[in-house]
Amino acid sequence: MEYFASQFDIAVIGAGHAGIEAGLAAARLGCRTAVFTINLDWVGNMPCNPSIGGTSKGHLVREIDALGGEMGVAADKNTLQNRMLNLGKGPAVHSLRAQIDRREYSAYMKNVLENQQNLYLRQAEIIDLYREEGLWYLKTRLEAVYSAKCVIIATGTFLAGKVYVGDVCYDSGPDGMFPSTELALALKKLGVLTRRFKTGTPPRVNRRSVDLSEMELQPGDEVTTPFSFTTKEEIENKLPCYITYTGEETKKIILDNLDRSPLYSGRIDGVGPRYCPSIEDKIVRFSEKERHQLFVEPCGRNTGELYIQGLSSSLPEDVQLKILHSIPGLRNAEVMRTAYAIEYDCVDPLCLRASLEFHDFEGLFGAGQFNGSSGYEEAAAQGLVAGINAANKVLGKKPFILDRGSSYIGTLIDDLVTKGCSDPYRMMTSRSEYRLVLRQDNADRRLTPLGYEQGLISEERYAAFKEKLNLIEKERGRVESIVIAPSEDINEMLVSRETSPLTTGAKLSDLLKRPQLSYDSLTQYDPSRPDLDRSIFEQVELDLKYEGYIKHQQQQINEMRRLEVKLLPDDIDYSKVTGLRLEAIEKLGKIRPENIGRASRISGVSPADINVLLIYLERGAGND
Amino acid sequence: MENPTIAAISTPESAGALGVVRLSGDRAIEIANKIFTPVSGADLTASPGYRAHYGRVTGGGKQIDEAVCLVFRAPHSYTGENVAEITCHGGLYITKAVLRAALEAGAVPAQAGEFTKRAFLNGKIDLAESESVMKLISAQGEQAARAALNTLDGRLSKKIHAIADSISCVLASLAAWVDFPYDEIEDTSPADMKKVFTSAIAELNETVERYDAGRVFTEGVDTAIAGRPNVGKSTLMNLLAGSERSIVTEVAGTTRDIVEESVRLGSMILRLADTAGIHETGDIVESIGVDRAKKRMQRASLILAVFDSSEPLTEDDIAVLKECEGRLSIGVVNKTDLERKLDISEIEKYVSETVEISASTGEGEKELENAVSRLLSAENFDPESPCLSGERQRICCVKAVEYLSEAVSAIDSGMTLDAVTVCAQCAVDSLLELTGEKAADAVIDSVFSRFCVGK
Repeated sequence: MEYFASQFDIAVIGAGHAGIEAGLAAARLGCRTAVFTINLDWVGNMPCNPSIGGTSKGHLVREIDALGGEMGVAADKNTLQNRMLNLGKGPAVHSLRAQIDRREYSAYMKNVLENQQNLYLRQAEIIDLYREEGLWYLKTRLEAVYSAKCVIIATGTFLAGKVYVGDVCYDSGPDGMFPSTELALALKKLGVLTRRFKTGTPPRVNRRSVDLSEMELQPGDEVTTPFSFTTKEEIENKLPCYITYTGEETKKIILDNLDRSPLYSGRIDGVGPRYCPSIEDKIVRFSEKERHQLFVEPCGRNTGELYIQGLSSSLPEDVQLKILHSIPGLRNAEVMRTAYAIEYDCVDPLCLRASLEFHDFEGLFGAGQFNGSSGYEEAAAQGLVAGINAANKVLGKKPFILDRGSSYIGTLIDDLVTKGCSDPYRMMTSRSEYRLVLRQDNADRRLTPLGYEQGLISEERYAAFKEKLNLIEKERGRVESIVIAPSEDINEMLVSRETSPLTTGAKLSDLLKRPQLSYDSLTQYDPSRPDLDRSIFEQVELDLKYEGYIKHQQQQINEMRRLEVKLLPDDIDYSKVTGLRLEAIEKLGKIRPENIGRASRISGVSPADINVLLIYLERGAGND
Repeated sequence: MENPTIAAISTPESAGALGVVRLSGDRAIEIANKIFTPVSGADLTASPGYRAHYGRVTGGGKQIDEAVCLVFRAPHSYTGENVAEITCHGGLYITKAVLRAALEAGAVPAQAGEFTKRAFLNGKIDLAESESVMKLISAQGEQAARAALNTLDGRLSKKIHAIADSISCVLASLAAWVDFPYDEIEDTSPADMKKVFTSAIAELNETVERYDAGRVFTEGVDTAIAGRPNVGKSTLMNLLAGSERSIVTEVAGTTRDIVEESVRLGSMILRLADTAGIHETGDIVESIGVDRAKKRMQRASLILAVFDSSEPLTEDDIAVLKECEGRLSIGVVNKTDLERKLDISEIEKYVSETVEISASTGEGEKELENAVSRLLSAENFDPESPCLSGERQRICCVKAVEYLSEAVSAIDSGMTLDAVTVCAQCAVDSLLELTGEKAADAVIDSVFSRFCVGK
């Protein structure tokens, strides 16, 4: 029989990467918060890659950390292998990636949630969600009813999840867990419009059956870098990854069996991610490629399971086996988990505000894959923002909105709620027009003051941060005041690095500006250099080297922000605004941008429409 | 933060009369001072408001014209901002040269209705008038969109798009290389990038030069002569393009069935396009011609819709009239030398003006000239006219060249490629500015279509 169990300020549905950050942020901001999960043993599960970070995703993790989120710390504590990607391609695109001990990560996150004050972690499937008299009510399968002022939906691939392997398909969540089927119906009843996306995962094989000698070894970095600005201990590389390739034989097997793929026979309606094609997709679309690279990655220290990155597929089990056995090093592979495609319900993010609250449902928020994104990091970033905003709503504070000039998180959310997405959205460095400013190395300088303002950064951490800024400024002053005299010695070094020799004295800062030089190359000419953390030198050097570009981008950001502060009320009836074109009326009415800046980024809204809106705002919307 | 200073030609596209280029914004007087030298030797930036200066306008190192510059000091001006109005000798060639000098000296082209918008925002226009201001901006915006369509169809746009594509292509390779370091994406060498960028710079410079040399061909108000078959469109064209008036020889139309010619009508220069007869047809080839004719009408700034006065209105006539609705259009009732069977009041419902004419005898031509001149008078003048949108594209090209040069110098100085790509992306954004496309979206789409990336 149904019974009333408890009341909360905030209820989070799902304890994946989005749910975790949402729950933690809300609880840390003082809200009584419940986090519901279908399976308590897999909090923060990684049902696909056992890794965190990667290009632009590494940026997201550092930003989450800079704002006081948990993902970076958890990744640092459970790293198997740590690598900085894209070294040599420029600091704006350096991205950290870590192989993660999947089970340890999950256990760690569960523990953090369990011990978080104000947070109540509960295994329960939510089967109904409704609103009565200004409160949300959540009903569990065991008929407990909870109330909450705000609800955050972070259902990942569970919502109406359906797994496909060849001709076989069945209702399921990821990794054999229960799907959340009734909640999908409850959302429909509520009037939330959903659509189907799909994603997939490759097979896992047993290490003992794999011939690693036939593969290339991929070790971690010699000097490792933590995700979190608070991690002080050295990250240790514990297990390496391996590389192998598909060949002609693999291609033939796939082409011979294409008709048995639900993707090609049209049985899956869901839209898959463009950047995460199945192996059958890659073979068909890029038939001229002779081989496709595969990464063999460890899932943990206490398991022999290896993840075969690059071999995601929804072909039948017998075909998958043939494919695996056609690959060097995997000829005798024992499969432990079969690759599958999973289809799930999500929303068109255009129905959300930049705070991630639904336009049409007060107090209801979405985060993660539910919002049409893909990836653990994208999910965690949205979870953090949704958690802060739900808490701010409960506490009567202003929404927390990050703009495109502040962060990749802001860019991600702005893209989602302004442009929408037609396939699962993945972050990329090329999506940020301000990427020379939004680097992963300066995430704390960009965001920690904002995290502090919101209440997610402790006094102690903030003091340490201010000290770091102080040291950066002092060091910058130092290099600008030191003059290095020309000498045979230094000129020889300069010429060997293909940069011009000195004829007169030069400031140390001017030498650091040269792309060919770095702190390291100047050590012996800089005897007064203080003993500082390398992150301080890094900031000073990058600030100097990219000064012109940074200044230019900062100008563009300031220009963008001029329109960002002109707020548009949520209840404008655009059809009554004289002079707007039909297309603009329709788009603006649907997307309901919070400000003129966002309105100007909507495709189909012209500069003239923006001018009309500016005048409409100026004369006061109330004067109609 | 300061508003950018805007500039536009604010007099009609007429030949012979005086032309005015208006600048408005914090730096209006400063910019005017860069391109205008008073004969008195006075410094415009020190000039008080409500003051006229006589002097010379220079641009690109050359003297353009003798002119008068009026200085207005904020808030005592039409827009409430600092304003400089340079009155020069009329004719598009000169006014455009003055505008260009202003843009090169730091002004940006004014958007649809921007002067009026600023006047409103600075409290110079009453709240009660805001409705009409919004309508005006909207109308000018529509016009701008049509003008963009006009130039976008043209050769200049095609060229610009091709150049943008070549840069986007390199950017996509780099984006794939950066965002998917695990995939086997070939490196793009800085030398290869430089090759693409320098050749884009050369092509853009050449495009700008060719545009500058060929602008006489695109001068004039874009005017479409339209109507159903056999109402006398070509006769009207021939009449207006009579040898003594024709200032430009025939220019090959973009399609076989549209003939274009620039003619002078009174003080106005019209760029006439004679279109195929509009009628319902089952013939595929013919219907393509009809579609083109309709498209041409939609692009035009002025429509001369021709009707046969000796026959009652037909369905096809109505189709032509519907295209005229809400546009600058003149109903030309032709063949007045024959017996009248047409109900003119029906035509008047759709068009801005109606004129009776006999294209074969030339009777009524003066009336047509007067009607055109009334319609193209200052209050209907459209600062977003195609000639200006060509000018905008030119500015976009020049900006793109600057960004690309920055990219090249970043490569030369050994900067990392992230800095290079940001410059190149700005260049593509400049080139795509008029179509509202974004470089980032084009690049990402191209990454996924060209490369096998992802886990």
